[in-house]
Amino acid sequence: MKEYFWLIQFLFSIVLAPLLPGIISRVKAIFAGRHGKPLLQGYFDLWRLMRKGEILCQGWPFVLAPAIVAASSILALAFLPLGGQTSPLGFAGDFIFAAYLLGMGRFALMLGALATGSAFEGMGASREAAFSALAEPALFLAFLIFSSFCIDMGHFSTADTGSAFSLNSMLKGQLVLAWHYGKAPLFIAPIVLFILLLAENCRIPVDDPTTHLELTMIHEVMILDQSGPNLAFMQYGASLKLWFFASLLASLTIPPMDFLPATLLWLGQIAVIGVLVGLVESLMARLRLVRVPHLLGMASALAALALILTQVS
Amino acid sequence: MLFSNIILLLLLNDLLLLAAPGITWLIRLTAFQGILLGSLLFDMEHALLAGAVLGIKGILLPLLLARTYKHIGKREKTHHLNLGVAVVMGMLGLIFSLWLEHNLPLMPDIFPVLLLPAAITTLFCGLILVVGRATALSQVIGYLVAENGIFLLGTPLMAAGAIWFELALLLDIFVAVFVMGIAIGHIGEKFDSIDTARFRSLRD
Amino acid sequence: MLETLIILPLAAGAIMLAVGNGLFCRMLLPCVGICHTAISSWLVINVASGGRPAAFFGLLAPDPLGSLFLILASVLFLASSFYATGYLREEELAEEKTCIHDGRPFTNAPERRFTACLCFFLAAMSLVTTTPHLGALWVGIEATTLSSAPLIYFHQHQRSLEATWKYLIICSVGIALALLGNILLSVAYCDNDGAGNLVLADDIDSLGWFMAHAGQAAQPWLKAAFIFLLVGYGAKMGLAPLHNWLPDAHSEAPSLVSALLSGALLNCAMLGILRGHQILLAAGIGSFSGSLLVFFGLISLVFAAIFIVGQGHYKRMLAYSSVEHMGILALGIGIGGIAVQGAMLHSVCHSLAKCLLFLLSGNILARYHTYSSYDVRGMRWTMPITGALWLAGFLAVAGSPPFGIFVSEMIILKGIFASSHWIAACVYPACLGIIFVGLSMAVLRMVQGPRPMDMQASLRKRREPVWSVLPPALLALLVLTLGIWIPAPLWNYLQMAGRLVGG
Repeated sequence: MKEYFWLIQFLFSIVLAPLLPGIISRVKAIFAGRHGKPLLQGYFDLWRLMRKGEILCQGWPFVLAPAIVAASSILALAFLPLGGQTSPLGFAGDFIFAAYLLGMGRFALMLGALATGSAFEGMGASREAAFSALAEPALFLAFLIFSSFCIDMGHFSTADTGSAFSLNSMLKGQLVLAWHYGKAPLFIAPIVLFILLLAENCRIPVDDPTTHLELTMIHEVMILDQSGPNLAFMQYGASLKLWFFASLLASLTIPPMDFLPATLLWLGQIAVIGVLVGLVESLMARLRLVRVPHLLGMASALAALALILTQVS
Repeated sequence: MLFSNIILLLLLNDLLLLAAPGITWLIRLTAFQGILLGSLLFDMEHALLAGAVLGIKGILLPLLLARTYKHIGKREKTHHLNLGVAVVMGMLGLIFSLWLEHNLPLMPDIFPVLLLPAAITTLFCGLILVVGRATALSQVIGYLVAENGIFLLGTPLMAAGAIWFELALLLDIFVAVFVMGIAIGHIGEKFDSIDTARFRSLRD
Repeated sequence: MLETLIILPLAAGAIMLAVGNGLFCRMLLPCVGICHTAISSWLVINVASGGRPAAFFGLLAPDPLGSLFLILASVLFLASSFYATGYLREEELAEEKTCIHDGRPFTNAPERRFTACLCFFLAAMSLVTTTPHLGALWVGIEATTLSSAPLIYFHQHQRSLEATWKYLIICSVGIALALLGNILLSVAYCDNDGAGNLVLADDIDSLGWFMAHAGQAAQPWLKAAFIFLLVGYGAKMGLAPLHNWLPDAHSEAPSLVSALLSGALLNCAMLGILRGHQILLAAGIGSFSGSLLVFFGLISLVFAAIFIVGQGHYKRMLAYSSVEHMGILALGIGIGGIAVQGAMLHSVCHSLAKCLLFLLSGNILARYHTYSSYDVRGMRWTMPITGALWLAGFLAVAGSPPFGIFVSEMIILKGIFASSHWIAACVYPACLGIIFVGLSMAVLRMVQGPRPMDMQASLRKRREPVWSVLPPALLALLVLTLGIWIPAPLWNYLQMAGRLVGG
């Protein structure tokens, strides 16, 4: 029975992922004094798009991109220990694999955008490339912080140190104990991950998903020419990626406990993170593009500081 | 527990100082650093000194700097050194000071964990600010930060040292910043800018 | 009695700020100078005869080394204060002042602020020279920076402001590093008694305690502490390569301030380094600090030699000469043995000679309105007394006989040979030779030459006022005397001072 717990959570993720953007936009609507679109609007959109016809550009990257984006997001999610359960796919060093699965999705997205030959989409792709390159060090440093905590907490014999570098052991409950001991550097990790969540998913303050001006878009401009089922796949892939990061953030605070409470805690936290993102989007303006590297650099510097300090104390 | 978290905040504060784009942020962060120093002293149970530090470094000096800045009334953000480079240099300084702490011979036990690296990093960041920023006001802030670092290093010794010396030291710092503030006021008038890159007339 | 050394100038400065009348301030200044010199002479005689006066619970307890620098500061202040009475009156009378370089008009800082800062400066130097407490020494040296910065900015134009700012920032940061040295010094003496408690005595931080317990100190920390003290106070003392502020500040300050900075302040900063050297000597690692001092001394000599040759700005030239002489002092003390006594004599002679030259440079500036030694011509026609004294001062400061510096430089050279430090034995005379040539080119050019016919007749024929030549003349007489005959009590006293730093 226990083996199926993770599978159940994985199914939850796949089904509930389009809900998260709905939560964010509802929070924003409430803040703006509007009623807002229904929470399930994401599903309605997907359903509507799936039934539509599509217009394709020439070139295989454009055709293939949506499928790769969605597939790579699903696969990356499959490595994550969701809600305190162990992922069956995990291996030592799998965090690199998961990160680059997301990277592959992004690469396909950018190729697809470039294949259209439109100036706007090329610009969006170049921005995406630049910002994701800057976000990458922060992500890996954050993973290294977690693994060094795992080693610190002494759950591994020296022969088995390698397994500290898998997402399963990093995020499965030990970190909560580290919170309990008051390890100061750990306070930095959620901040870094939250900044990454905003940057990787093109939310305010890095990118504005609701902007109407192609010049300032990053993610939206790259899928401008997609239509019908292809667009549906793109949007579904994007919401899975958001789910990936939210779940990563949530697993920092899920202690080892039974399946049902753990799952509820996990889903609850993801909902809270959705609300938080909505709050940030309502309260902040988009940063100027030249400032975005500063934000990401700051996240990297913070992560590096925390990593250095974990090596000391 | 509280102690190590204050040290962590001090280190964070150092990096933010290096990354701060404008003088307003520099002043705020210096004030925060003064408050952190004061609370560190409270934690070490030097209440009188902690109060003095809070009053002078946390409130009085930042107010003085802010007033000078307002008096000049110009917004200048020039810096010689790219902010990213400055932050990386600060990180390197931190790594170096950690290395130093581990490898120093005859390390006396008087320093709590991480105090020495934090102090040296703060000193280092202050020097980077003095050298890397162009405006006269940020140089003063750099001086203040460097001095905070040295002060931090001296905190374990303050239990034994005479209290009058620490107070005289604080007074000296206060007067120093005061005099520099006046000088900056004059610089703002005479040069129409507080950018020290304009100081080019005296050379061989 | 000892307390008055500090309280008197402080009180006088406060009164000047409160009263604010220009004439009153000018007249009070020499009074302060006379009283201060009298008290410090009494103190020197007292210390020389073996007395150990103390005040403020031991905060002030001068030793021969400190009181030597104290009396130098007092005498220079006295000379400068007489000069100041005339100088300030002329400044007040001059209706329109323009910057010599860019011709822009400027105003002077209020006179009472200037005189009050002079008094505060004297008080800070008195504290530095009389305290055995290293913390108080640090506070005093920082106070000298802060009180002398407004003095440099007396003529309120861009260039003096730039010089003031460099002075403030470089010296303040330097002195902050010296504070780090002080802390490391205390760390060296910290020693855990096993129970985790600090063992520190009540009177820690005083020089005597440090020296008495030097045997127990951790030597690596002592060495680190000395390096920071050397860098910190060395910046203030003007040791190359941290001397950048010195030529700027000395060239832009009013001449009497330059005289005090060069003759008195640099010595005070050196005292900070000497205190560290004393402790390292007591701990038995004096060779470490000595070799560092020799190294920086030689670097300063080389820097000065490079910059003096071809230097067209005569006040900057004098400033670089100060860098040179600080280098010689560091060298002499670092070498040890008889060279230390030579360095003590050298500090006396250099202070007197440099004060004389800077005061005269004020006279020249007032008459010729230029800083360039190429534009000053025929001083022996226009201002014969100043010209003669300027020549004498040059001979004194360049170390030619019959002046005192010749004697002291010879003693240091003898010490170098005695210690068989061959690098110093080569570099030192070579640099002195180069500097002699560099100085003589500029000075002879200024004194000799035809009458400057393009100068206004009223300026050309004006007689030199007494206040402007009497203090330099007396100083010149003193330096000359020291070259011909050193009184036995003075020599004994210098030996007492030298013995404290390894002589």
